[in-house]
Amino acid sequence: MSKTLKYVFLTFWTLFVFVPLSWALTTSFKTPDAVNQGATFIPWVQFEPTVAGWQDILGISGYANLIPNMVNSAIVTFFASLISVSLGGFAAYGLSRFRYGWKYYGNSDIIFFFIAQRILPPVVLAIPFFLLLKGLNLLDTHLGLILVLTSGLMPIVVWLMVDFFNQIPREIDEMAMLEGCNPFQAFRRTILPLSKPGIAISTIFCVIFGWNDLFFSLVLTFTNVKTLPAAVVALNGTVTPFWTLSASAIFSILPLIGFVFIVERYLAKGGFSGAVR
Amino acid sequence: MGITFYKRLFLLPGLLLLIAVIIFPLLFSIRVSMSSWNVSRSGLDFVGGSNWARMFSDADFWSSMLRLLNFAVLTTFVQYVLGFMLALYIWQGVKGGRFFRLVWLVPLMTTPSIMAIVWRSIFREDIGAANGILKMLGLSTIGWSTEVVPAIFTIYVAEIWQWTPFMFLFLLAGLLILPKEPLLAAEIDGASPSRIFWKITFPLMAPISIGAILIRLIESSKIFDSIFVLTSAGPGSATETPTYFLWKRSLAEFQIAYGATLALTYLIVMIILLTIIAKVLTYLARPRGW
Repeated sequence: MSKTLKYVFLTFWTLFVFVPLSWALTTSFKTPDAVNQGATFIPWVQFEPTVAGWQDILGISGYANLIPNMVNSAIVTFFASLISVSLGGFAAYGLSRFRYGWKYYGNSDIIFFFIAQRILPPVVLAIPFFLLLKGLNLLDTHLGLILVLTSGLMPIVVWLMVDFFNQIPREIDEMAMLEGCNPFQAFRRTILPLSKPGIAISTIFCVIFGWNDLFFSLVLTFTNVKTLPAAVVALNGTVTPFWTLSASAIFSILPLIGFVFIVERYLAKGGFSGAVR
Repeated sequence: MGITFYKRLFLLPGLLLLIAVIIFPLLFSIRVSMSSWNVSRSGLDFVGGSNWARMFSDADFWSSMLRLLNFAVLTTFVQYVLGFMLALYIWQGVKGGRFFRLVWLVPLMTTPSIMAIVWRSIFREDIGAANGILKMLGLSTIGWSTEVVPAIFTIYVAEIWQWTPFMFLFLLAGLLILPKEPLLAAEIDGASPSRIFWKITFPLMAPISIGAILIRLIESSKIFDSIFVLTSAGPGSATETPTYFLWKRSLAEFQIAYGATLALTYLIVMIILLTIIAKVLTYLARPRGW
């Protein structure tokens, strides 16, 4: 393909990526007239920016306050990711180094069991989970939502980390065990430092999928633990005007967009290669 | 302590937690699917296979399945082609590559349900950006939410915007670990770039491509958030996928028993279809001489 065509395509795609984000950003500062009288695009030229939409969602105007929802999202995402990465990482290490078996089922069947969880759409599990958490008195609690999210996130970790551990030569942990470490110490002292890139990638995906979950929060939490996506979608269901909705949209995706600047180098370097091998 | 203890120490906590969380919903769904639990009467009676019989003749459910097949295959294919092109450009080196890479990853970080709200405001017929631009260009406006094809189009656009970065990332990682020797050898032999791509790069990428395509097929089949927010399955049921159909039957209309039947059917169909697709793709990508 010619060079010009290539740059045309790159520019086009980059603009396409920016379109919805810049539309939401400008809309969040629009006045009611600038929204309701037809589409406007350029601030200061077509309309005078105002922060009314932002005051609506930050509890300043008394309309809604999304800050507690952001705290909920952060708590739930953090702990669900932490549990998923540690338990999933351990399981993946075990599956990479030892042979498990029950009758004629082996390691690959166990790995398939983990990954198969990803086929389950949340809606399939909603009612059973609702009854399960109700029975355990965990409805509308952080712990309940964390447990449920973990079941969706841990498979991602196992899938990414098994191949990652497979790439680390066995001799390394065998050497450590010869020198008197037990398998756990060998894992902690030699393998863990080597697997930082894999852990980084797994954590990133857990954070993305955990933060972005809408369905479980919608069904399993009511007031105390509503996460950001559920709270914003609830606003969307009312008569909330578009400038306020746009402010809440930008507000909710901002943390992860900040996150991409920190983690981009892990994502783009070979760190992901364990998963695709 | 023996090796067996450590062997179990590593695997069991994760595996048991997963089984504990998953096993109840699965067994429960199987049992409920044989009851008549609905909005007017709750509890576990036994009605045999009547829900299952109803499912087989539920034309709405099966047409939502066909709709999903169309959606998943088409969006995954477009994402694959676009993601592969973007990954190739970064891999070959492009001016400002770091900037492009960073920007292209941003959609992956955004929340699908929240982006659906933004897309909804873009595709609003009266005050949205899409029709605003069409008006400025002097074109006639489009009924994005009232006409079937435009409504489907908006869902596809949202999905492609959101997930092409995933393909890009996955395929770029694959390109970065390709062996350099065959590519260098072909270059020295004077093969044209397009020949090198079709005869060497593309076949070498086959296993990675299959992995990426399967993951996207699995994940996109679960689409619910953006349909829930963006079109509510409308107009009519033009954008209704099985997950939305399931949600409507079980959580909106509270047909718990029938919902469980549909859920299990969805699972069984997905596992069979994905196995077949995986087999076919692996067969198509089998190593051949050239």
